Amino acid sequence: MAGNGFQTSYANDKPPSSTGSGEAAEMSTDPASSSFFTSDFKRHEDLKAMLDSNKDTQKLEAMKRIIGMVAKGKDASDLFPAVVKNVVSKNLEIKKLVYVYLTRYAEEQQDLALLSISTFQRALRDPNQLIRASALRVLSSIRVSVITPIMMLAIKEAVMDMSPYVRKTAAHAIPKLYSLDPEVKDQLIEVIERLLGDKTTLVAGSAIQAFEEVCPERIDLIHKNYRKLCNLLVDVEEWGQVVIINMLTRYSRTQFISPNQADGPGDADRPFYEDSDKEEEEEEVSEMKKTPYMMDHDHRLLLRQAKPLLNSRNAAVVMAVGQLYHHCAPKSEGNVMAKALIRLLRSQKEIQYVVLSNVATMTSRRKGMFEPHLKSFYIRSSDPLHIKLLKLEILTNLATESNISTILREFQTYVTSPDKDFAAATIQAIGRCASNIAEVTDTCLNGLVHLMSNRDESVVAESVVVIKKLLQMRKSGHKHTPSEHKDIIVHMAKMVDKITVPMARASILWLIGEYSERVPKIAPDVLRKMAKGFINEEDIVKLQILNLAAKLCITNAKQCKLLCQYVFNLAKYDQNYDIRDRSRFLRQLILPGENGSALAKYAKKIFLATKPAPVLESKFKDRDHYQLGTLSHLLNIKCHGYQELPEWPEVAPDTSVRNVEVVMPYVPKAHHVQHKKKKESKSFYSESESSQEETEDSSDEEEDESSDEDSGSEENSDDSEKDISKKVSSEEESDSDDDESDSEDSSEEDSSDDSVEKIVTPVKKQPKTKTKAATTTKPTTSSADLLLDLDDLGPSSGSSVAVTPAGGNMLTPTLATGISNISIQDTPPAQIIPPSIVQAKSYELLNRMTGNGLSITYQFTRTVSVFSPKMVSIELKLTNNSDDTLTSIKIGDKKLQSGMEIQEFPEIGSMTAGMSTTCLIGINFNDTIQPAKFAICVGDNKYSVSITAPVGELIQPYSMSNAEFNTQQGKLSGMNENSGKTVIGVEKDAKSICLCVHSVANVIQVPGSAENVYRFSGKTVGTGTMVLMSVVVADDNAKITVNCEKMVIGSMLLKDLKTSIAKS
Amino acid sequence: MIHSLFVINNTGDVFMEKHWKSVINKSICDYFFEAQGKASCPEDVCPVINTPHHYLINIYRNSLYFVAVVTTEVPPLFVLEFLHRICDTFEDYFNECNESILKEHYVIVYEILDEMLDNGFPLAVESNVLKELIKPPNFLRTITDTVTGKSTGVSGILPTGQLSNIPWRRTGVKYANNEAYFDIIEEIDAIIDKSGTTVTAETQGYIDCLIKLSGMPDLTLTFVNARLLDDVSFHPCVRFKRWENEKILSFVPPDGHFRLMSYHIGAQNMVAIPVYLRHTINYREGSGGRFDVTVGPKQTMGKTVENVVLEVPFPKTVLNVTLTASQGKYSFDPVSKMMTWDVGKIDTAKLPNIRGNITIQTGSPIPESNPVINVQFTISQMAVSGIKVNRLDMYGEKYKPFKGVKYITRAGKFQVRT
Repeated sequence: MAGNGFQTSYANDKPPSSTGSGEAAEMSTDPASSSFFTSDFKRHEDLKAMLDSNKDTQKLEAMKRIIGMVAKGKDASDLFPAVVKNVVSKNLEIKKLVYVYLTRYAEEQQDLALLSISTFQRALRDPNQLIRASALRVLSSIRVSVITPIMMLAIKEAVMDMSPYVRKTAAHAIPKLYSLDPEVKDQLIEVIERLLGDKTTLVAGSAIQAFEEVCPERIDLIHKNYRKLCNLLVDVEEWGQVVIINMLTRYSRTQFISPNQADGPGDADRPFYEDSDKEEEEEEVSEMKKTPYMMDHDHRLLLRQAKPLLNSRNAAVVMAVGQLYHHCAPKSEGNVMAKALIRLLRSQKEIQYVVLSNVATMTSRRKGMFEPHLKSFYIRSSDPLHIKLLKLEILTNLATESNISTILREFQTYVTSPDKDFAAATIQAIGRCASNIAEVTDTCLNGLVHLMSNRDESVVAESVVVIKKLLQMRKSGHKHTPSEHKDIIVHMAKMVDKITVPMARASILWLIGEYSERVPKIAPDVLRKMAKGFINEEDIVKLQILNLAAKLCITNAKQCKLLCQYVFNLAKYDQNYDIRDRSRFLRQLILPGENGSALAKYAKKIFLATKPAPVLESKFKDRDHYQLGTLSHLLNIKCHGYQELPEWPEVAPDTSVRNVEVVMPYVPKAHHVQHKKKKESKSFYSESESSQEETEDSSDEEEDESSDEDSGSEENSDDSEKDISKKVSSEEESDSDDDESDSEDSSEEDSSDDSVEKIVTPVKKQPKTKTKAATTTKPTTSSADLLLDLDDLGPSSGSSVAVTPAGGNMLTPTLATGISNISIQDTPPAQIIPPSIVQAKSYELLNRMTGNGLSITYQFTRTVSVFSPKMVSIELKLTNNSDDTLTSIKIGDKKLQSGMEIQEFPEIGSMTAGMSTTCLIGINFNDTIQPAKFAICVGDNKYSVSITAPVGELIQPYSMSNAEFNTQQGKLSGMNENSGKTVIGVEKDAKSICLCVHSVANVIQVPGSAENVYRFSGKTVGTGTMVLMSVVVADDNAKITVNCEKMVIGSMLLKDLKTSIAKS
Repeated sequence: MIHSLFVINNTGDVFMEKHWKSVINKSICDYFFEAQGKASCPEDVCPVINTPHHYLINIYRNSLYFVAVVTTEVPPLFVLEFLHRICDTFEDYFNECNESILKEHYVIVYEILDEMLDNGFPLAVESNVLKELIKPPNFLRTITDTVTGKSTGVSGILPTGQLSNIPWRRTGVKYANNEAYFDIIEEIDAIIDKSGTTVTAETQGYIDCLIKLSGMPDLTLTFVNARLLDDVSFHPCVRFKRWENEKILSFVPPDGHFRLMSYHIGAQNMVAIPVYLRHTINYREGSGGRFDVTVGPKQTMGKTVENVVLEVPFPKTVLNVTLTASQGKYSFDPVSKMMTWDVGKIDTAKLPNIRGNITIQTGSPIPESNPVINVQFTISQMAVSGIKVNRLDMYGEKYKPFKGVKYITRAGKFQVRT
């Protein structure tokens, strides 16, 4: 009704007053709508006159009407010349509407559109960023191929614009230009490369979108930006997050090795063996063996940064994270997304539909994940049909021996649903459950037989078809006594009179034919009845009657031969040639003439062979090869532009490609050069600084809290810039007093400082800067042996170890900076650096014998605990060695000393036999080596366990300079100093000494001490007490000194160190 | 990503189209109409339709179809979520989003659509940013515009929010009265079976806010029992780390109405079911059937249950019902066969009851199953999960705001199988 009223309203010149439709009256209250959407040609003259008038009101009025026509989809192209003149209008609203019109019609009126180009070119240099951006938007949207060079120029200029908003628009313009002229791809890739380097969150999403549309195959462009993207992810706007996560999913599939391959322990070990044989000691080897798979740090970074986004309000983001975890996370971690996906089931029905189809695919592979949420998939009568069917699919996928009874009870209510399509689908679902779970097959069969007396034909028909499949499956599965299911077949034979649905009739006939020996009396009778009504049957039924006749003729020739002949004769003159054909064929086989066909003697073998059982399985099984959450997956076809998700590589490609050595600042517009450079240097530092000196930043604090990047840096006045330069210098002073005194020290830092200084100088020198920075790093590495050696320590050297020393940290946005930037607490000490990679020892927490099959080992991850900075982060590895499923595993009552705390892991719903999973807990040991005692509850059983941290694990690394070490050591003399001597075991090179220390304690080496002197520093986790260690090697002896305010810790550390060094 | 958008009303009239890339003829909608024809009701139209060259992704809201056309691979949820966001924006601008409103404000609608997407990719979606770019209509301005002939609907400068790290909040907000209101709304989804036992029950909660605070307030909201909330989703303004570590909601709010968080308490937890139904529905061969339903309060924690409405979808063979309700009014729609009983408040002294006869088409068999009854209700001043706000603190601004918290529990998808 509404539509009718509306249509009349703009067919007439004046608003109708008597049509009676409510909104017509409403519309007339708006001045613009009085002649809304006019298509009359005379009116166009009117509009032209209005557009030519010199009053803005008139023009605006005309433009509004024209936009109305555009909105309605009416042709307004003849107004083009009149409209395009107004592109120069000063009135913003007119201008905007003209832009809208232009983008719609420029393609059709290319020559005239060119008239407007110069206006846009001028607007591109407007001081107002909004005008620059919208000019670029229109210029790139008008799709006139002549102007591609102009567009190219405009885009190139815009990506260097100082306003991130304009840069974002430039990112959007790239795919537009690419679709217009694919030839310019190479040039565009350069532009994209520049945009990918952009650090503002506003640009990141659009840049990746441009990348995906233009050059998704150039994965190498991502390397340098990978860590930045991961760290920025939380702060990018939601739409950008979706695009970035999807791209990074593909990226991780090409760059990391599969986290699930290590399931079979054997083959994962091998590479370690070969490597370690050459260079490592035996002890090392045994340690390596315990941890078969080590996830790449960058891989872990992505998963960790994406996880909070499961709490996004945007369903697309949640789904993107879900598919990331599905495709890229270890199986044991996949469960985190289940809850979030279940939450999405409460949103709009369209979203439900997409989420459910993805869940259906997931459940066809991994049951366990959604099993606890079974009830969330129960069907409501108000759900749309496609959602009901998907839920049914999921419920069927989730069915196991333990929950089948509840599911079947649910199904029973669905069968009675007035919606017959749904009821029929339910019957199929019951059939699938019955075939998958042997225990309930008989119950289901009985239930289905019961349904055959249902009043609704479609229900009956569906049950017959399903029963047929089930019986067939049982038969071929294992030999049964012949009497079995006889009554079912008899029952069905009786039904043949009542049922009219062809498919069901055909199924019954097939069953009787197949198992005629079970019902020798009834079968011929059925055939008789069928023969009588043969001509009135559907084709599909006729074919089955022929089959039945043939089979009976073989088994019971005496009674049936004549009947069979009669049926064949009927079929011979059928209208359908398939049936005629079949009858001819069967006749030759069954009733051979006097010549006797060669095949006739095999007739029995041909017809009564055991048939393969049909497979009832999920429709969603084959969708798995599409990336989840994509359109292709939803439609189960390969959509245009779908990027295949690559298989994991066998061997991980070089991880060092993601290391960012030199920070590339983006080059601003020429006339802003001097100015901008300084700002950039600020942003360069801000990452590390904002966390180090939060108090100074207080003015920006509010903004910096939620986002680590200074996307708003343009707003900053010159004051803050000065401030920053001051900060830079002050930091240099405070951070490294020894800069002058000790030249060898902090060589990494030197190089970084160097590059910063160079960046402040004008652009033209920039390439030089790079080379210089590169050259400075080279001698650095060769001169500082210590750094080099540290590099070789861990198996995955390049990534995080290479930059351990203090100064280097700000170059790479590694984990620690990432976290501290996002976190808004003041507490996380920014100078704490992730520990060097030493193979973590794992300890046994619960033996499989005492734990009734559940075994738990733990290891200290040596990372900052996610729960609280005062906690030691411990990774538990739970393995179910029993044959049963263990349910509800959690931490029970704790017996803790005062001051100690445990952060529990979330309850593990169930673990199937053989499954193993890892989870993180945090324990605040309060700097004691007292054991943390607690109980692990599995169902009703409780096992008391305790974790004692070796003293070295109570420490976290704390980086300091050599000078600072000296002063701190000076303060901690006397009572607080413990020292001792020991004979060094085998080698006394820097590497093995460091290794010994790192294996004992989680500390960091102090860079730049004298030869044969190794210094390490750390802080206790609980109270932050300073711990200093130094090892002085002289001949075969090592003098070890440990300084710590807590004497117990000091002396114990010394003891451990001694043993460790003496052993090696 | 999103190529074009068509808005279609219930009668199949494509009354608005917008193209972000090259123009696609609206004849593409024929594929949609085909799918629509197959579906038995508007909700049943499949959200994603495959055509030879395009993919149509559509949503149905307020009896309007929003059909987006995409040509390449795109996450379908991205488009669906965005379409809903477009509707939300319209509702935000014009208070409601229906055909007549969209037609009335077609210029603003078109400008909004133009601003929200660039080349099919979201550009400015935050309501605070959009409202600065394109001013929402208001009565006073319409008058002044008509008189002065000036239009101020479009802003000439880029809203600062777009560039800041807090894109959701506009700057320079000033109010004479500073107020912050929080509505904690919980919905109970439940399926109750014939015998009255709960098959499944879940709670879905929302915190909707109306914040009218000057300047850049930084709020923290703490709960008495935050551990109750096991699965949450936040407005982007909420600092996730704080929540993870301390279970505190810390945020710089957008200006105006917005949904701060929503949470879901899964089927594993116990949910108090506030109402029960006593029902006898039976059909007799030939003559029709009896219908007798009584509603009563169950676990309401001493609060009254209000706005109770029962919806009974009868099978197609039912011709009419003649009932007498002890309270409230009932109506029967002979086309959809839906009986709606508006009960109102439940008085514990005299439980509301409705009873009477069902007339069935003569000759048709009696229905084999009883209808599933949908129940709606509201209980104010109570959150069924027991969640409680502890305190609200404001940092960053000097003034004292007025704060208010309201709790409401209502039925979500609450169904009783009979």
